Amino acid sequence: MSDEVIVSVRDVHKTFTVTKTPGLAQRMRGKRREVNRIEVLKGVDLDVHKGETVVILGSSGSGKSTLLRCMNKLETIDSGRILVNGHLVGYEERGGKLVDEKATVTARKRTDLGMVFQQFNLFLNKTALGNVMAPLQDVKKLSRAAAEAHALESLGKVGLLDRKDNYPSKLSGGQKQRVAIARALAMDPSVMLFDEPTSALDPELVEEVLAVIKAIAAQGTTMVIVTHEMQFARDIADVIVVMDQGIIVEAGTPDEVFFRPKHPKTYALLRRSGLAVEPPGSV
Amino acid sequence: MALALVLGLLVALARISKSRILRSIALVYVEVMRGTPLLVQLVYIFFVLPAIGVNIDPVPAGILGLGLNYAAYLSEVFRSAILSVEAGQTEAALSLGYTPGKALWRIVLPQSFIVSLGPIGNYFIAMVKDTALTSVIAVTEILKTANVINAQTFETTQVYTAAALLYLLISLPLSRIVSALEKRARVHV
Repeated sequence: MSDEVIVSVRDVHKTFTVTKTPGLAQRMRGKRREVNRIEVLKGVDLDVHKGETVVILGSSGSGKSTLLRCMNKLETIDSGRILVNGHLVGYEERGGKLVDEKATVTARKRTDLGMVFQQFNLFLNKTALGNVMAPLQDVKKLSRAAAEAHALESLGKVGLLDRKDNYPSKLSGGQKQRVAIARALAMDPSVMLFDEPTSALDPELVEEVLAVIKAIAAQGTTMVIVTHEMQFARDIADVIVVMDQGIIVEAGTPDEVFFRPKHPKTYALLRRSGLAVEPPGSV
Repeated sequence: MALALVLGLLVALARISKSRILRSIALVYVEVMRGTPLLVQLVYIFFVLPAIGVNIDPVPAGILGLGLNYAAYLSEVFRSAILSVEAGQTEAALSLGYTPGKALWRIVLPQSFIVSLGPIGNYFIAMVKDTALTSVIAVTEILKTANVINAQTFETTQVYTAAALLYLLISLPLSRIVSALEKRARVHV
């Protein structure tokens, strides 16, 4: 681990706007359009250092997935700054304000961030190998042969060389997720983002995916992981971050967070997942 | 047919684009083309356009009319097929560094094309049969030819049965080809 900061999140705010348009009958009765604003991120600060594994915990709706998706601009932010390798992703700053940058520039910067989704999102019309090769050819502009060689190497890392010619429909959930990891990894990103990578898996398939993620972490890959797997978080994390209602309520090493939680919300979260810990302030 | 496919795709893209103007133009186009009879459109192209100085020969006029008309229907097929591809596919592509345009072109469209094969086949066959309508603008297609032969021979039953069989002869293989294509493409999705 070094002092070099890969992802820097500063005072990020985000509001979801949910517009409810009433039906015709209701409108005739004078009902107006309702606009609900939900603040999902209320000033989040976070640094991810090179080689570090940061795990974000929190109950659903705490904003942890949104924070992750803001890092590569799958979600926009309202204010604050997120820098990846020192650059804003998806924005440029003009007169102190964030302005959308050109899509081609954003696309290039996004290759710095590999993302693994809860729902795998493998390209359904491509084989396992085809999935890993596609962005190497389409985005990195590698030749077919070079892309294939690199893709095979990446599939080897997740232990799926024997499945390379299978389409996603013929792969188990765990295998799909491992292909998705290989696909993201093959682009050589400087940080890997995992958005609840095992939440959509059958319990018996969780372990194989976690094992692959651990192996990648052991090679010194910088990672941000959103997960509900507490044991895994404790094993793998250098830093644990606990979020609640759009803010980070606690951050520390696994030992600090798991054995000496400072915030009542952390304690509640740990209790719920069956990990017995001392309540805050009792030690 | 090629005209209908290309134009249909363009109209579909316009209908889901971010630009309000493009969306409105495409919507008006689809509504006008679907809301008026093909027969009227053909007559319009062939007989009304010359009045404003645009002269088109019967065959190109027929192709243009059928193409413009079917483009409207196909655009709806493409639009729903594109929307049926999960958002996750686009998100995955974007996260891997595809630009939005490239994600659409390389990832979403190939998948939506597989979904639309069946309906496209349907419209292909309907189009073959609608070529009969171009006889009104003096295109010498099957029905027109049958009329001519009938006028000479008065063998009404044989002539029109033969005409009907000719349509079948074209559309049956077409439908077989489409379902074969569909089967092959759908294996994995």
